[in-house]
Amino acid sequence: MITVSQTLEAIKDSSAEEVVSQCIERIENSKFNTFITVAKDSAPEAARKAEGHTGPLAGVPIAIKDNISTRGIQTTCASKILGGYVPPYDAHVIERLKAAGAIIVGKVNMDEFAMGTSTESSYYGPTLNPWDPERVPGGSSGGSAATVAAGEVPLSLGSDTGGSVRCPASFCGVVGLKPTYGVISRYGLISYANSLEQIGPIASNVGDMTLLFNVIAGHDPRDSTSVAGEKDYTKALVNDVKGLTIGVPKEYFGEGIDQAVEKSVWDGVHRLEDLGASWQEVEMPHTKYALAAYYVIAMSEASSNLARFDGMRYGLRLEKDHDWHTTYSEIRAQGFGEEVKRRILLGTYALSAGYMDKYYIKALKVRTLIRQDFERALKDTDVLIAPTMPTPAFKLSEKISDPLTLYMADVNTVPINLAGVPSVSLPCGFSDGLPIGLQIMGKHFDEETVIRTAYTFEQNTDFHTKAPEVV
Amino acid sequence: MREGSLKLRPYLDEVGVMIGLEIHVQLNKLNTKIFCGCPLDYHDDEPNTHTCPVCLGLPGSLPVINRKSVEYSIKVGLALNCTIEEHTQFYRKNYYYPDLPKGFQITQYDYPIASNGYINIEGEDGEIRIRINRAHMEEDPGRLVHEGGSIERSKHTLIDYNRSGVALLEIVTEPDIRSPKEARRFLDKLRNILGYLDVVDTTLEGSMRVDANISLSGGSRSEVKNISSHKGAERALLFEIVRQKNLLRRGGKVVQETRHFDEARGVTVSLRTKEEAHDYRYFPEADLGPIKVADWAPGIKATLPELPDARRERFVSLYGITDDHAKSLTSEKQVADFYEEVVIKCSNYYKPDESIDDYIQLDIAHFAAVWIADELKGQLNFRNLNIDSFKVKDMVSLIKLIHENKITEQSGKEVIRTILDDGGSPDEVVAAKGLLKAGGDIVTTAVKEVIAENPQAVEDYRSGKQEAVNFLMGQVMKKTRGRAGAKEVREMIIQRI
Repeated sequence: MITVSQTLEAIKDSSAEEVVSQCIERIENSKFNTFITVAKDSAPEAARKAEGHTGPLAGVPIAIKDNISTRGIQTTCASKILGGYVPPYDAHVIERLKAAGAIIVGKVNMDEFAMGTSTESSYYGPTLNPWDPERVPGGSSGGSAATVAAGEVPLSLGSDTGGSVRCPASFCGVVGLKPTYGVISRYGLISYANSLEQIGPIASNVGDMTLLFNVIAGHDPRDSTSVAGEKDYTKALVNDVKGLTIGVPKEYFGEGIDQAVEKSVWDGVHRLEDLGASWQEVEMPHTKYALAAYYVIAMSEASSNLARFDGMRYGLRLEKDHDWHTTYSEIRAQGFGEEVKRRILLGTYALSAGYMDKYYIKALKVRTLIRQDFERALKDTDVLIAPTMPTPAFKLSEKISDPLTLYMADVNTVPINLAGVPSVSLPCGFSDGLPIGLQIMGKHFDEETVIRTAYTFEQNTDFHTKAPEVV
Repeated sequence: MREGSLKLRPYLDEVGVMIGLEIHVQLNKLNTKIFCGCPLDYHDDEPNTHTCPVCLGLPGSLPVINRKSVEYSIKVGLALNCTIEEHTQFYRKNYYYPDLPKGFQITQYDYPIASNGYINIEGEDGEIRIRINRAHMEEDPGRLVHEGGSIERSKHTLIDYNRSGVALLEIVTEPDIRSPKEARRFLDKLRNILGYLDVVDTTLEGSMRVDANISLSGGSRSEVKNISSHKGAERALLFEIVRQKNLLRRGGKVVQETRHFDEARGVTVSLRTKEEAHDYRYFPEADLGPIKVADWAPGIKATLPELPDARRERFVSLYGITDDHAKSLTSEKQVADFYEEVVIKCSNYYKPDESIDDYIQLDIAHFAAVWIADELKGQLNFRNLNIDSFKVKDMVSLIKLIHENKITEQSGKEVIRTILDDGGSPDEVVAAKGLLKAGGDIVTTAVKEVIAENPQAVEDYRSGKQEAVNFLMGQVMKKTRGRAGAKEVREMIIQRI
């Protein structure tokens, strides 16, 4: 894997253009189907212009998940329905990246409209896990995690609605953060479930992840849910957890958890204990309802968020014109994949008259209870630690035909989105050569403690130094 | 609901007409749209030139509330005697239509900005109260342009998103209206109030769009959509009453349905029945949090202008004019402003140094009311003109001319008509048409001469023959060649003999 400091060194030794060109070459030769669109022309040109740029990411290549709007670069959400759509504007995070000197090298693969845990629902085919090409990279930000793991780029952006940054970070052995809801502007992020999701930074180590997070976080008046205030998160990169209290929710080590995963995470907790932290078990009794509540809310919101894709103004078009009713139906029948259709239908059902109270309203109540679980658990503790995923990466096609089993894999990631708290996933061990991820959750807007804990763990372990052999 | 405090109609007429209105008011005096910064001055521009990712509903765009639109809506709510709740919330109304770029409309559902208000109007038998159920904010969709005219005939439809995202306030009444005429009066009154609040330019096309719900004798109601004028509302409702009456007379049944008003033909046609009704799947818009508005209301209330009813009362008490005149003058803000300016300017002219308490000359105020409410408004209505067509300073000059007896009332009316038709100022018209009355001293001299020259007639009058005055008046008129006011001549003669 490549770090930002290595990249900056390389730029100093040669040029940003040279570094970006090499990066694009790696991407084009990728064996893992990481990218949907490569910015072959615009990236080297941007790199040329970035010479002399003094921003913290001057000349550094970055891969962007294909649901984040990039002016002039096709943005498809890995869906046929958005084929050919080139946004006329940049997302807030893209503006901030450009201001920091970063070079957008292209758009990475994902589950269609971020709906999935394996990146297998992409219209552009699955991304492969660089640690084992027969396995999934996780999802939905599979391309974002895999391209960093494969050493193609040092940084990438993903988005996390129910674990979509942390799951692939875990499966690909990289670091990914789901920030507190509201810390990063969603302006330009194509909504799947807008009350749950945040854009998240992915990197090969905690320091780089934090550097990227620092660039993209901050207030944006164009997103009403964006909170005011700027912080310097790099100040949290402190190798010290003395006095830190860790909560370990036993509900996150439930049925179906892989023994190697359980052991690695506990080893991680004990490692932090050795470094001066203390830990205690905490109860989060409503965790078992999180998955159901999450899927009801996410699908309900999706059914509305995806209504705008009708082929009238952008994206897929039909050969022949019909009346608008027929055209809408045809476009949506042809343009959406199976999983997207499933979620739109279920979400529409959950919001329908007569069913709304039973499903959507009830799910909102569960959401409140989950949030209260977190507030209670974090009252006497500083962070919570749990496995990101119950297992290491599973095989391609293993679960895609069984949606329910696939949904179950999100059991440890979705509560975090329901509560809106921050959570970082970072490598904490390996099982049969596959990385295992540990997630550190914190209080609302307390990314600093999450980052400090992750950084201390990383500084005192060597999991992040391992990389897959990609030749 | 506050049933107890309401003065409702004591009876329903024989067909039991119940009408409720939903009025979409475009808050077009805002500078920008409701959820983005696009300007509203698109009326003379090319289609799709006042758009951005937000109002085009491009993927990834997010709405941000225009705070001024909330202020304006609270202003209207307060003016309609509504309650402003602790907080207000936006919802998504999900349905597909080509003018709706997101596939849902951001609107309000639970927690509307204003609820439980009322407007008093002149009913079929005295003043009645029409209750307002609620007023809620929402975004206007784009505009469909059916190439080649109507929906039925056009081969394709173009969409103009300039209108997409303009702030709307939908005002929903209770079914308290009992006749098409009352509906029209309600709409007129509402427009008047909105004019006073300065939140909507009602002269712009589509600035007030009406849907009407109507039922007879407690039967099913039909909802008539696409009514674009107050006159249209009256016509559409009349048509519906006749249609429903005839249906019932023939033993048919009114079904709950949505009907479309064809303005050109003056008829309503069925769009969809209840069975085909949409399930809009309203749910909270998470991209816009709840807005705490409780703290806003008192400040906005303090800035609320004087409203028509209050102004009407003030006109009666301050200017001593009749309630009918006050009502007529205040039924349009511009007319009321015009009136007050005229009164003040005239008063200023006659008594420039008086303290403010004695400032208003009641005789002038009454005089101006008569000339503006009765004469000028009548002439304007006849010509379909508004008050802007007549200058305040011309009315001031005209009132001075009449008040000082320089021209007759008949001539005053001619001056108004001439100015409206051909332009010019009162002085110019008077000069051009030779309308100036004989000067006061000329009349006085004539009266003195006539009295001296006709002792017999004077004697006759003194001994009780009233008609002798008429003879003397005729003599004065002869001497002044008709430029003297008959009434004042009569008074002058009686005074002197």
